[in-house]
Amino acid sequence: MVAEKARVLNLVQAINEALDLALARDERVLVFGEDVGRLGGVFRVTEGLQAKYGEGRVFDTPLAESGILGLAIGLAMGGMRSVAEIQFAGFLYPALDQILSHLGRWRHRSRGRVGLPVVVRAPYGGGVHTPEQHADSPEALLAHTPGVKVVIPSSPERAKGLLLSAIEDEDPVFFLEAIKLYRGARAEVPEGYYTLPLGRARVVREGKHATLIGYGGMVEVMLEAAEVAAREGVEVLVVDLETLVPLDEDTLLEAVRETGRAVVVYEAMRTGGFGAEIAARIAEGAIDYLQAPVVRVAGYDAPYPPFSAIEHHYRPSAKRVLAALRRVLTH
Amino acid sequence: MKLKVVQYLDKEEFPLSEGEALALYRAMRRARFFDEKALLLQRQGRLGVYAPFMGQEAAQVGVALALGDRDWVVPSYRESALLLARGLPIHVLILYWRAHPAGWRFPEGVRAVNPYIPIATQIPQAVGLALAGRYRGEDWVVATSIGDGGTSEGDFHEGLNFAAVFHAPVIFLVQNNQYAISVPRAKQMRVDYIARRAEGYGMPGVVVDGNDAFAVYLEAKKAVERARKGEGPTLLEALTYRLAPHTTSDDPSRYRTREEEEAWRSKDPILRLRKALEAAGLWDGDLEEALLRELEEEFARELALADQAPEPTPEVIVEHVYARLGLDQRRAWEALRRGKHVEELW
Repeated sequence: MVAEKARVLNLVQAINEALDLALARDERVLVFGEDVGRLGGVFRVTEGLQAKYGEGRVFDTPLAESGILGLAIGLAMGGMRSVAEIQFAGFLYPALDQILSHLGRWRHRSRGRVGLPVVVRAPYGGGVHTPEQHADSPEALLAHTPGVKVVIPSSPERAKGLLLSAIEDEDPVFFLEAIKLYRGARAEVPEGYYTLPLGRARVVREGKHATLIGYGGMVEVMLEAAEVAAREGVEVLVVDLETLVPLDEDTLLEAVRETGRAVVVYEAMRTGGFGAEIAARIAEGAIDYLQAPVVRVAGYDAPYPPFSAIEHHYRPSAKRVLAALRRVLTH
Repeated sequence: MKLKVVQYLDKEEFPLSEGEALALYRAMRRARFFDEKALLLQRQGRLGVYAPFMGQEAAQVGVALALGDRDWVVPSYRESALLLARGLPIHVLILYWRAHPAGWRFPEGVRAVNPYIPIATQIPQAVGLALAGRYRGEDWVVATSIGDGGTSEGDFHEGLNFAAVFHAPVIFLVQNNQYAISVPRAKQMRVDYIARRAEGYGMPGVVVDGNDAFAVYLEAKKAVERARKGEGPTLLEALTYRLAPHTTSDDPSRYRTREEEEAWRSKDPILRLRKALEAAGLWDGDLEEALLRELEEEFARELALADQAPEPTPEVIVEHVYARLGLDQRRAWEALRRGKHVEELW
């Protein structure tokens, strides 16, 4: 049920609207984390929600990420629907025991008795000169955890519908929000409550010469590269994965089979990144169609640089994507 | 803060009703009976690695019986006595320790979740579960448990702080059994009593003789009442001793003396309670014998039930990862179901 009217919103506004609608629709939904109450979150994603829904349903927690995850799990065990914010994805690390040992495991270890409707939202990624540790992209770590889902939207309109699906979901969902897009991405967003299905990738640009695959903050980078390539007569197909787990393998493989050339783009560290999983799936499922090796454009095997003058050399750019396209097209 | 170890046994007064005292004894004796049988089964290869609780029955049963029907238990892995006293059927517990999937889904009516294997992660989760009751307008209280070693973990600190800040109705039972596997309490912390830490969180801290069922039960009851009335959490430290090894894979002779074990054996919580009951004319050899016969019969019945559980089939591995099988789980499920592995089916 998509409402007729749409307005232009940025990512922060779209996510705020989704949280607002979820809180209004289901009284089991609770929004909590560090600074999400009175302040409205360090990025203002939860702005106005505490005033509207009260301190019971939108509340600040003590500054302790493992405690936040444990609280989210316990509340869900007791029948609530937790929407926890971790201030930056790079601050998920103190909570890894809760995440790896419990969040995705409870349904399995209780043989279905304890399911956990928990959404963990966290801003991730670089491109905006944040301090050290604030630009990490730990999606591969999360995707490597059984029992959780991982969603990374690339636009305000998609984010709203995907977040509402995540909150309705019976399983834990990590919802990573690219910091670069918070105010940088603006799009028409339908009013009212609507959901977009998890677990489906989508082709955001058609093309027949090569395929770009990415998600979140990399989608605009891939589209920019595709635009430049088009001026040289190269038609690039662009896939926005949106959900990393569960992965829409069919759409991914079909998009690669169509062009026979694939470049995977992600801003996390290259080795063991989620793009490696994509490359492996392509090798397993579409090798006969490949006319060139799969190329990864990713961060380097180093910490995300806190040095603002040179961080753009770490985070994939359209220029780097174009170089990779040239490589697969001339192989 | 001055802390005094609360103790009732070995004194003149008899602070409980006959019914309560007998219920404690029966549940503790039943738990001990299970523990002994479990160790035997393990030696026969009919149980997996097992964590015995022998010596800690008063601490666990005392708290279990202080709870109401609607209350929840969030246990660690040495809490089989707590689970039994909360109504988990023996055959389910046997299957749990056999690592059989049928033992990992606790029955709906049992208000206890599966034991936690990582240390202290249960603490913040117990706080969340307690708060969920408040949101739902159900006044359930949560009892969670941890050992002395577990209190060194960050999650213990975070969980207690959260509980205090949110005024959560939780009883934190610390079974201070003197050792974290081999590391003695004195190498774990500098405080005399763990309950002392409660003050730092802004909640009451109580330390009891953990081998005194009356003391544990009465103090746990007070804590439950406080929690139910909306007066927040309590840290309840029970001083006790693990008479058996850490698990069936452990060898305590490498880190503690026989003399020490014997000294604690003389403070066995079951013997002490039995003495009190006998002195009050509530128990005797005949009643003990009848109880043991009853327990023997019950255990035989329950073991037979556990033995009837069919061998799990491999596709169980990928079930209940998500509410519904995803593409990757479905592929694996179909392969395993056919006696294959997923890479064989390409």
